[in-house]
Amino acid sequence: MNDREWGFKTRAIHAGGGPDTATGARNVPVYQTTSFVFEDTRDAADIFALQKFGSIYTRISNPTVNAFEERMASLEGGIGSVATSSGMSAEFLTAAALASSGDSFVTSSAIYGGTHTMFDVSLGKFGIEARFVEGDDPDSFDAVIDKTTKFLYTEIVGNPSGSIADISVLASVAHSHDIPLVIDATFATPYLCRPIDFGADIVLHSATKFIGGHGNSIGGVVTESGRFNWGNGRFPEMTEPVATYNGLKYWENFGEYAFCTKLRSEQLRDLGASLAPMNAFLLIQGLETLPFRMDGHVANAKTVASFLENHSEVSWVNYAGLESSPHHELANKYMPKGPGAIFTFGVKGGRESGAKFIDSLQLISHLANVGDVRSLVIHPASTTHQQLSDEDLASGGVSADMVRLSVGLEDSDDILWDLDQALEKASS
Amino acid sequence: MSVEKKKVEGWDEPSAKERLALLNRTETIAMVGVSAKKSRPSNFVATYLLSSSANFEIFFVNPVEDEILGKPCYKSLSDLPVVPDMVDVFRKSEDLPEVASEAVEIGASSLWIQLGLWSVEAAEIALAGELELVMDRCIKIEHARFHGGLHLAGFDTGVIDSRRSKK
Repeated sequence: MNDREWGFKTRAIHAGGGPDTATGARNVPVYQTTSFVFEDTRDAADIFALQKFGSIYTRISNPTVNAFEERMASLEGGIGSVATSSGMSAEFLTAAALASSGDSFVTSSAIYGGTHTMFDVSLGKFGIEARFVEGDDPDSFDAVIDKTTKFLYTEIVGNPSGSIADISVLASVAHSHDIPLVIDATFATPYLCRPIDFGADIVLHSATKFIGGHGNSIGGVVTESGRFNWGNGRFPEMTEPVATYNGLKYWENFGEYAFCTKLRSEQLRDLGASLAPMNAFLLIQGLETLPFRMDGHVANAKTVASFLENHSEVSWVNYAGLESSPHHELANKYMPKGPGAIFTFGVKGGRESGAKFIDSLQLISHLANVGDVRSLVIHPASTTHQQLSDEDLASGGVSADMVRLSVGLEDSDDILWDLDQALEKASS
Repeated sequence: MSVEKKKVEGWDEPSAKERLALLNRTETIAMVGVSAKKSRPSNFVATYLLSSSANFEIFFVNPVEDEILGKPCYKSLSDLPVVPDMVDVFRKSEDLPEVASEAVEIGASSLWIQLGLWSVEAAEIALAGELELVMDRCIKIEHARFHGGLHLAGFDTGVIDSRRSKK
């Protein structure tokens, strides 16, 4: 019963995962089915009209996915969650729920490139304008908000810039305009930072990363605080009758549950970006050890960052966990346990040395993901951004010598050994 | 949606455990002020309580409607054919003390005042009549919290229990 405030580790293992009502199965079963039989026609009608809770079709809801959603809501301190097929779809669904053609939103430009493109190009095609501001300065956000603006967006730890968002100040800016603050907290996970505790209204994750943690499943999740006043007049879709649901009004009928209800029964229903039950199961397995893995990731990241900072073949290290980082103070405020395990550094000698360094690694894997038990690395200048000149790279915030590292859970000595031998080869 | 929760002397809001126990003890519910309009929140709650998700006997009290969701409406609480265990109210705040008095008069065991409603006067009447009291809570949400409905919509129920559900 919720009279007890259960601890984070307990909730990581138990929230949303009671014994299966049908069989008593202790672990969350994988409900590998597309559809669910109705009790009778009245039952079907009640569920379709949102008057009764129930499973209809796995595109909209599935018990295995529900267990993952409730666990994420519990860990984030939100009222509820909606899981999605990927982190990108979590972002797209959220934007689609909040904004329509002619609306705008304000976002930091120092965000994941894939998100930047989706905001700029794909949402732009639908007439939703992304207003990009440099960095995370709250005043810059404030300056471009107008009556068309529906939300503010940024990443808790910028990818790959490494900047830390000043969440509580951004939340004040958003709320002074009656709009929500949306935070992508993928690099932090709820174990290191719960943005809702600092005033954020909606938290997004690519669950593909540390939440799953084992590099086996793509998934995403949207969590809402249940505190935002959707009836403030800026969100008519929340307060006007919904023709497809017998004229109900989300805010009036569902109150604090309104946003998640709309997100599931409109955006997830219509766009179809649902999380597969098997992936939900694997992500749940990941969550159960999240606190222990994150402690290990952070400890290894600190060791690796300090080692690189003192290495003769490394020109710079950008990790907010280092005292030398300009982001260290904000990192301490929002992530006192440590700012994650993903950061960038420069290999002396530029683009060519960077490529040689990557090719010389034996333990650390060269691939386009982060947040895995394995240590991962990528060199943007020779891969994702290889078609760009050094000048174009610089304007995109990527230098020719920049390497992004996602520190895994191997023995730290082995990670240091691999980095050291590859740096030596890169310099020779 | 939020109400100012003025202190009611001698009463604390029931905890989750107490709300669940109250729902488990309740067999008959008189719903006061349910709208016949399908899009209204009260109609949603009534539909849910009548569905297979719940196991209550429901009576409607509504002086201007003959029938809601296929069930007859009674003019007042005293016209009901039974003494309901619970009176569940959807009326506006000013009307709550009167409903509380009627609930005491007919001998109901509890008064459940719906989400977004709060009345110190109604509370005092109910408590003086030794009724159990809930205010500013939705009975559908609370029932769904403990019986799997909220879980099936991805919401945090706060429930952690290693025992098998008896449902």
